[in-house]
Amino acid sequence: MNCEEAVKLMDGYLDGELDPITSQTIEQHLRDCSNCDQAYKTHGSLIRAIGNAAPYYKASAELREQIRSSLREEMAARPMRNVESDVQPLFRRRQPGPRTVLFGTQWNWLSLGGLGLAAAIIFAAIIAVNLVPRWQRPAADQFLATQLIASHVRSLMANHLTDVASSDQHTVKPWLDAKLDFAPAVVDLASEGFPLVGGRLDYLDNRTVAALVYQRRKHFINLFVWPAAPDATRTPKIITRQGYQLLNWVDSDFDYWAVSDVNVNDLQTFKEQFAAQTSHH
Amino acid sequence: MAAPLKIDYAFNAEDLESSAKIVKFTILKKHQEPDAAQEHELASFEETMLPHMDAAHNLAKWLLRNEEDAQDVVQEAYLRAFKSFSGFHGSNGRAWLLTIVRNTSYTLLKKNRAVDLTTTFDEEIHTAGHESVSPATILEHSENAELIKGAMDELPVQFREILVLRHLEGLSYKEIADIAQIPPGTVMSRLSRARAELRECLAARIGKEK
Repeated sequence: MNCEEAVKLMDGYLDGELDPITSQTIEQHLRDCSNCDQAYKTHGSLIRAIGNAAPYYKASAELREQIRSSLREEMAARPMRNVESDVQPLFRRRQPGPRTVLFGTQWNWLSLGGLGLAAAIIFAAIIAVNLVPRWQRPAADQFLATQLIASHVRSLMANHLTDVASSDQHTVKPWLDAKLDFAPAVVDLASEGFPLVGGRLDYLDNRTVAALVYQRRKHFINLFVWPAAPDATRTPKIITRQGYQLLNWVDSDFDYWAVSDVNVNDLQTFKEQFAAQTSHH
Repeated sequence: MAAPLKIDYAFNAEDLESSAKIVKFTILKKHQEPDAAQEHELASFEETMLPHMDAAHNLAKWLLRNEEDAQDVVQEAYLRAFKSFSGFHGSNGRAWLLTIVRNTSYTLLKKNRAVDLTTTFDEEIHTAGHESVSPATILEHSENAELIKGAMDELPVQFREILVLRHLEGLSYKEIADIAQIPPGTVMSRLSRARAELRECLAARIGKEK
């Protein structure tokens, strides 16, 4: 790779959006070429600084109220029946007439097939429940994911982000320890770009858990922590849902779920930094 | 007797899946009382979309550079989104809402004949004469929010848009391509041009201050 190519791909590399092979080629080039390496570092710190300094215009409480009431008016103005008749979707392509008929016919067949399918699912469910009761089904994860997102959203909406607001890990940790039957590790990651905002108690999966709150630029990360089950799977996993990213990992003591609307790369970095800082605690 | 018992059991088993449970619930409600179904639709809309209001407002404000217009657009976008919510089957509520906010903003910009939709950015004007301002100097000033805001507001709307989506919302290239309606392959080049232009604008402003 020459300098011209490296410069062209630099932004993608910086954003973590290149495929692994191209990324490696660039890394190699940056090791070999001090000019490009210098340019990359300057460019990187500049665009990071821009992201941090540019104002983020939040919606005012008045706008929030206005929108909620206009949605209510909109709903009240709708006819009682045929809820969808006055809906003019903006971004959905409607099925043209003939295909709707075809689709209708297919649907009947589908519903017949659906019965068979339903029977198969029920049968499978019976087997699953009877034969492998302790099997970790993905549905359990999905259910937990729903709860986690709900907690995350609630914490941001209800102005109840933290019970103890402090960027000092030595304030947050004792507070949490006093209220929980376990002692999660708390670290401030400000120098890594994830300042600690505070901590909170939350209730998830039928138990009280710790929620550590971190910030990434203008966004928040809720890190939920509870003691890991002895049979917990060790492979980290990512779930993307409703525009939120959930990253789960397990260390020797705890089960961690980081929930945020920051991108996957940022969340991965967060996880790595958190794990690195807590491993020698 | 054996068969019904089995089915009962199976339904219990199925209920463990929360999503299946919710779907069943909706269908029942829709048949029985239409109001409740509407209530339910609104509740589900609010749950999915209201959390993204800051993102919606932030994007609109950056695109329109005017608080009043931004509020109008966000309100309009929410109504549009609600009307077509039955067509939303995706999982990415934020990207979907931001697409609507973006389109509504552009409609308003076009109506107001905002010049920056049609004029192409003249690189000559902006690159000339700021070679004296080094990257290090720009970096020194990069925590100055006023300066950065001023420089960003100077950029063409497409550049403001991509910078906001990437830097303030932290969206992936794929999401940006969907929202800005450009091919995924051009996200990187547009972003890199937008950043370069921003650097130039910053350099120009810092140069003037000196």
